Amino acid sequence: MSINTKIVDDLVANDISFVTTVPCKQLAGVIDEIDTRPDVLHVPSNKEDEGMGLCAGAWMGGKRPAIIMQNTAIGVTINTLATLIQYYRMPLPMLISYRGELREPVACQVEMAVHTKALLAQMNIPTYHFHIQSDADELDAILKYTFMCNKPVAILTDANFWGGYGDQ
Amino acid sequence: MIRSEILKEIAPILRDQLVVCNIGLPSQELHMIDDQPTNFYMLGTMGLSSSIGFGLALAQDKKVISIDGDGSVLTNFGTLPTIANNVADNFILLIIDNGSYGSTGDQPTYAGKKTSLAAVARACGCGNVVEVPAEETGKALQAALDGDRMTIIVAKCESGNIKVPVITMDPVVIRDRFMKSVQA
Repeated sequence: MSINTKIVDDLVANDISFVTTVPCKQLAGVIDEIDTRPDVLHVPSNKEDEGMGLCAGAWMGGKRPAIIMQNTAIGVTINTLATLIQYYRMPLPMLISYRGELREPVACQVEMAVHTKALLAQMNIPTYHFHIQSDADELDAILKYTFMCNKPVAILTDANFWGGYGDQ
Repeated sequence: MIRSEILKEIAPILRDQLVVCNIGLPSQELHMIDDQPTNFYMLGTMGLSSSIGFGLALAQDKKVISIDGDGSVLTNFGTLPTIANNVADNFILLIIDNGSYGSTGDQPTYAGKKTSLAAVARACGCGNVVEVPAEETGKALQAALDGDRMTIIVAKCESGNIKVPVITMDPVVIRDRFMKSVQA
């Protein structure tokens, strides 16, 4: 089974039926896989704070949501996380492409990577870092934890987890 | 007419509907005029009323009205293509356009100058966009509820505020009673 299939199987097994995305090439396979699943409504958003608004509404409407985005989005969404998702106590799994880590070819990505975990820690957001593929064995438990405690939860997936960028 | 007068006039129409209301004075005014468990008051997060309401509309079948402002829509312009391309016919976006950032001291917005939000919404692909003077907001809102088509209403009004108390209700209480209304 491919890692993309495993990840989306876990989302579906946890009744996640509303997913919004701002794409990243590392997550392209997951997004493609989501589009093959009739049980998941996929609504692409233009910016990650907009996507979190969609997820908040979907959850209040009875659907379990998830957002898929890059770690650069943490810089965009601090206010939304604090004043919407956390303030109203809403669950939100965030499947995040952790750009700027080992095997990253684009130097500028490192500039947000060095802030990512510090920002998440400052926000008291439970954070999990997938570095090798077997780390994804915990995804099912992480999703259950998210909907148990009604918090935003970050799942950082780095380049090593996705197999790097080839020979760069 | 100013925004609070529009809200007072449309309160009887809003009463039985799921309403997501914009941050600041709009929520405070609606809360003072006619507090209902079917109202979701935004206490923060400027710009996301349309996104929250739209997500809600996509997730269930009841009609949803998002009350937004011109300043807030300008903050979250990306919402309009998303709404246009994922049509939910149970969704109404009511933009009360007073050409100013009312909650922060009535600084002018670009919507009160050259920028037409109705034209922007149409350019984004929204199919059913109506612009009305403030006095016709109730009529336009009722027509949107009676039709089964996603509708964007831009209600043009004057800027100006009334004195209103802040909302002291706990956000989790607002959210919990709202979710129970959604499920009822």
